[in-house]
Amino acid sequence: MHLALFLIFGAVCVGAAINLLVQKHPINSALSLIVVMGSLAVLYLLLGAEFVAAVQVIVYAGAVMVLFVFTIMLLNAGEEEVLPHSSRVAMVVGVPGLIVGLAVGIWVVARYAGLDRIAIGGPQVLNGTEGFGNPSPVAHLLFRDYLLPFEVTSILVLVAILGAVVLARREE
Amino acid sequence: MTIGTYILVSVIKIVIAMLVLLTGVAYTTLAERKVVAHIQNRWGPSRVGPFGIWQPLADGLKFIFKEDVTPPFVYRPLYLLAPVLSLTMALTAIAVIPVGPWVSIGSVHTPLQIADVNIGLLVILGLTSIGVYGVALAGWSSNSKYSMLGSLRASAQMVSYEIALGLSLVGVLIYSGSFSLRDIVMAQSGTFLGFIPKWNIFTGQFIAFFIYIMAAYAETNRIPFDLPEAETELVAGYHTEYSSMKFAMFFMAEYANMFTVACLASVLFLGGWLGPVFGPPLLQAVLPVVWFVLKVLAFIFIYIWVRGTLPRFRYDQLMAFGWKFLFPLAIANIMITALVVALK
Repeated sequence: MHLALFLIFGAVCVGAAINLLVQKHPINSALSLIVVMGSLAVLYLLLGAEFVAAVQVIVYAGAVMVLFVFTIMLLNAGEEEVLPHSSRVAMVVGVPGLIVGLAVGIWVVARYAGLDRIAIGGPQVLNGTEGFGNPSPVAHLLFRDYLLPFEVTSILVLVAILGAVVLARREE
Repeated sequence: MTIGTYILVSVIKIVIAMLVLLTGVAYTTLAERKVVAHIQNRWGPSRVGPFGIWQPLADGLKFIFKEDVTPPFVYRPLYLLAPVLSLTMALTAIAVIPVGPWVSIGSVHTPLQIADVNIGLLVILGLTSIGVYGVALAGWSSNSKYSMLGSLRASAQMVSYEIALGLSLVGVLIYSGSFSLRDIVMAQSGTFLGFIPKWNIFTGQFIAFFIYIMAAYAETNRIPFDLPEAETELVAGYHTEYSSMKFAMFFMAEYANMFTVACLASVLFLGGWLGPVFGPPLLQAVLPVVWFVLKVLAFIFIYIWVRGTLPRFRYDQLMAFGWKFLFPLAIANIMITALVVALK
């Protein structure tokens, strides 16, 4: 059951990610990204991390992507224009390059992280990590073990927001 | 309980919940027309059956037999997806609402709830945030200026008020210490001085309750926050180009959302199914559900009452109210609640 669901939603996730790149219209790409986020949430759920899955849906599929779709609608963005020459170069060089890069990446991970840590045949929860995705373990990590990095990151994000507001403000 | 019985019981619960919810939705439309009519000193629907009680049936038949027009200029895939998405998300949310305690029928021991998940509240928030896409895509794919403006307003409004809504729930979560709706209800059992129930609305979450109500009205696009479908400016807002059953799906989604919001209000603030239980065993089993239904209906009635009483906000007033009043108030409520719980 777990394996079947993992394979289905893994395939949906990869398929939607490819669709995101292939689609010409921004709104279709944005919707594909929502499907990617949603199927990622299901993968988290399969790992037993219900809280992380719910937050993934609420924050990414819900809030962040609504803003994406909203912006696309507001600007009424049209279809992307494809330049014929650049796309041919991308096909000849990019696709083989991408495959080689991916293969190297997988080899490095498998070589140095150890094959036993890659769960082949569906997600498995490693020993001693049951319930790691539930509210209280997440809260323990965020507000006890990593309180300072967490707060520093939040200040960083706040600075970024203020910067965006300052940059977007029109000069009087 | 074997897996076969479990599936059977779940299917029965889903069928009952859907029947009750859709009947509730149908009769809320009638109740709304009747109550608003009486507020305005009119009769309301009175032709179909005694007091017009078959009116929802007639409306349903009318929707089915209307011509289903798909304008030629729409973007078809998303135009068809939008109402489905809206209605699906609105109906799914009812799955995690607990309507009563555990009951035993024969050898089967089961909660009066389709799915008792430990993150029930987050599931509802997630489903409603996905439901926003139904509205947003309906407006965009219709390729019409009224739909577009309506859906822009709706998505901006829903995103803005979702923040106040979410923050108003944090106080309740601090009190109960759980995302499970069943645990939240159980945390509200007991009384003060023997007669005042320990519902969250009486234990200091009074302000949160009002923030929740106002944010919920905006979330469900109801008067006084119904700018997305302001008929004097936008014809009908995001569903202008929809007809027949597709329009009916948006309509049903709106009312189903009202029910979700009402159920959530009674679970979070009004003690869910808690209430005086007495009498013979059968009555004792039924009474909690009766209390729950009464609380939900009272909330729905307030919805209609407000609609019959208040005029519509202006858009800038709506945004200022959400961001400059409800949002800081919700933050203050969280801080005070956290302080009280920490000092206790």
